[in-house]
Amino acid sequence: MTQFSINGKDVDVHDDPATPLLWVIRDHIGLKGTKFGCGIGLCGACTVHIDGRAVRSCITSLAGVQGAHIVTIEGLDPLGQHPLQKAWIETQTPQCGYCQSGQIMQAATLLNDYPNPTDANINAVMSGNLCRCMAYIRIRKAIKIAAVDMSKGHSNV
Amino acid sequence: MFKLMKHLRVDVDNTMAEPASLGRRGFLISAIGTGFSLTFLRADQSFAEDSNASIDATPVFDPSIWFEINREGIVTVNIAKAEMGQHVGTALARILADELEVRWDDVRLNYVNSDPKWGTMVTGGSWSVWQSFDTLSRAGAAGRVALIEEGAKLLGVDPNHCVARDSIVRAANKTISYAEIVSHGNLVRQFTPEQLKALPLKSPDQRHLIGHNTTALDIPSKTDGSAVYGIDAMTPGMVYARPLIPPTRYGSKVNAIDDSGARSVTGYIKSIALIDPSDTVPGWVMVFADSFAGAIRAADLVKVDWAAGSSANVSEADIVDHGTNLIHAQSGGSLVVADDGVALAFSNATLIIDRTYTTSTVLHFQLEPVNALALEKNGVWHIHTGNQWQSLILPVMAKALNVSEDKVLMHTYLLGGGFGRRLNGDYAIPAALAAKALGRPVKMVCTRADDARFDSPRSPSVQRLRLAFDQQNKVIAMQHDACAGWPTQVMIPSFMPKGKNGVPYDPFSIAGADHWYSVGAHQVRALSNDLANSTFRPGWLRSVGPGWTNWALESFIDEAAISAKLDPLAFRLMLLDGKGINAGSMPNAVGGASRMANVLQRVAANAGWGSIMPADTGMGIASTFGQERDMPTWSACVAKVKVDRLTGLVSVEKIFLVIDAGTIIHPDGALAQAEGAALWGLSMALHEGTQFEHGQVRDTNLNTYTPLRMADVPELEIEFVTSSETATGMGEPPTTVVGPAIGNAIFAAIGVRLRHIPIRPETVLKALGKTQAASSGKLGG
Repeated sequence: MTQFSINGKDVDVHDDPATPLLWVIRDHIGLKGTKFGCGIGLCGACTVHIDGRAVRSCITSLAGVQGAHIVTIEGLDPLGQHPLQKAWIETQTPQCGYCQSGQIMQAATLLNDYPNPTDANINAVMSGNLCRCMAYIRIRKAIKIAAVDMSKGHSNV
Repeated sequence: MFKLMKHLRVDVDNTMAEPASLGRRGFLISAIGTGFSLTFLRADQSFAEDSNASIDATPVFDPSIWFEINREGIVTVNIAKAEMGQHVGTALARILADELEVRWDDVRLNYVNSDPKWGTMVTGGSWSVWQSFDTLSRAGAAGRVALIEEGAKLLGVDPNHCVARDSIVRAANKTISYAEIVSHGNLVRQFTPEQLKALPLKSPDQRHLIGHNTTALDIPSKTDGSAVYGIDAMTPGMVYARPLIPPTRYGSKVNAIDDSGARSVTGYIKSIALIDPSDTVPGWVMVFADSFAGAIRAADLVKVDWAAGSSANVSEADIVDHGTNLIHAQSGGSLVVADDGVALAFSNATLIIDRTYTTSTVLHFQLEPVNALALEKNGVWHIHTGNQWQSLILPVMAKALNVSEDKVLMHTYLLGGGFGRRLNGDYAIPAALAAKALGRPVKMVCTRADDARFDSPRSPSVQRLRLAFDQQNKVIAMQHDACAGWPTQVMIPSFMPKGKNGVPYDPFSIAGADHWYSVGAHQVRALSNDLANSTFRPGWLRSVGPGWTNWALESFIDEAAISAKLDPLAFRLMLLDGKGINAGSMPNAVGGASRMANVLQRVAANAGWGSIMPADTGMGIASTFGQERDMPTWSACVAKVKVDRLTGLVSVEKIFLVIDAGTIIHPDGALAQAEGAALWGLSMALHEGTQFEHGQVRDTNLNTYTPLRMADVPELEIEFVTSSETATGMGEPPTTVVGPAIGNAIFAAIGVRLRHIPIRPETVLKALGKTQAASSGKLGG
């Protein structure tokens, strides 16, 4: 039995400890927003937060998340109104949309680490997330909009 | 299903096709439980007084023009198109909503299943908007007229004094909302085909939605994880399956399955060899488990002994060499363009340019691996999967399951990328066969490597182009031979028109060669690479044929210009004289070659064509009309690249694009498509490509198959020509223009001509070595 929390809820999962976290999230817990793309950690569609860090859930075993706090796209903001999500809509970024949960989760940690990211920061952090529709121009633009939005938020606190 | 031909515009008789017209269909507004439905009648259901209706009309009920309005004023538009990133539902609903004068926030989409009542289902070729514009506009206008009439009645005013806007009908100082009209009025109406045709449509300046930016209705769900793709479909009692894919696409047979290693895997159920009457997936083995993770693990431990088919040792070089031999054989192939006097002109020529171009195999690599959930319920097979062309796979599915087509229903899901992969619904077959064999619902998901090996990739291609100049340096003849695997021949041969010599050809695999340049006597010969066709299932991949024909054509035109000592832009403009067959035609190609010349001149101006470049930096220019002469999207590109002579790395610094797609329905959506398409073009030119080895693609995952990433994205400057001409397609044209612009830019930067995509650093280095050796040889000699 592996215990962890996901989007603020505690769960116990009975499964082979070697099972990739991705399939636990999708098929055991039923949160389908986290996607399967490559299975080898190179496309980023399966990106979730584990204890605040962006991690590829397809190459993270269930055994490895005992006691961890996991956040998926469904838990990033209770209303789906995280500044990144708003910026993604404002810029009309998603095309097929399949990679976007992972993009947004990766971008969320990018903005934690670099609240005012340069193009080089964005290239370095986001190049691990493949967008097959090649919506990169808008992903970059949305990240910058969200960064401005979040910095305003911080200044109000 | 071949009614589809009209819609697909594969015009077998080579006549100019028209956008899907209203034909003889009437329109009916009828009461339903929640409000009213507004629908086109099938021709065979038309009104009694319209008794001739069924004689010449196609009995197709175009589902994308069927909608409902309920008592809350919510308009739900049924969409029979695949949503794969192009926001097609939004694009179609917007056309309707503009005429209907409904508030955009009150519009909803409903993606329908493959019930025959929805008509033929296919999404591809950037046709969706082009096909539906007039029909949707009239459907919206009919609804508006009915709402105004009924609103006027409820307000007690003359309908001629009322206008509709934002879901409200207004008379002098009275208003009534659509919701109130639907709740209290009776919208029931019939429109004859004549009445429908007579409806007043808005002029471009009266439109509020078309030509303006609105938010796509499918986007919010793609930011919070709630969007449902095929891979997300579940049903109680289902088991998971992963396939074991045989060594060859065709002709493999299972000798034995040894699953002893898999039996210890938690949740493993069993492995079976599929029996497939449709021969879609010969030699497939399915591994079942109670979770997908279990099925993946188990499949890795199941050993299958196969007798491989005949393509087990075929390599990419074999396919390309075979294509080269077919081209050099001179006879054979289909003459798609066959002017008189080609041979004579070449024999009289004072200068002949003769070049060969090749392209590698390209994977679709849509990010959602192919998958399907299949189950049988009360004698009907339900297939849950994202698909672009339900009508193509339904008869195959019926054959595989040994049931009639009406016993198969395909349910629609968002596509985690299409790019043409899901035009070919072959992946639904093994899921259905497995569900039948097991007697319970089966969800099959391919791993990424399974998906790559089972892809219908873009075929490798070989092309030879020749151009003849006379002594005045004038172009007098051109020959273009193109050989590749043909998806249409393999998947739907009845869609192949006949060439001038009576030989059928795949129109999608040669489109682009029938260009708008005036070259004198012109010949285009299309050849099917039978070794490609028997080794893999060639696929339609974003833009299809122009992905290779335009690479060759636009590289070649550049080479010809330079050989003739002319500026590549000036040479193109000279050939785009708009004379004869290149003058253009109503309704889709008004202006002809002059519109191509226009986008070239504009992109050259935007890019500063002709300005002095830094060392090892150059600009290249190219153009394309998209897929088809009959539906041209005039596009021109300048790429600015810098080449590192030490590493051979090509950096694309900036891409300029100018596009004339006629009326732009949604500027921001068109821009998004153009951005993605341009980057696809860049990715295929420099970053992608694989090879066949032993009958299989060599690269099956992102460790070695390397599409463009964020860090390599150049600056893009994209301009759309303002136009009120017929709207044409947006999803594909820029894809094919970027590659040759890059190739031409590399030549401008370092004087090296590359005739194969993808362009790898090692190829650049090798070519540089040759150039340097040649120039030092000259110096020495």
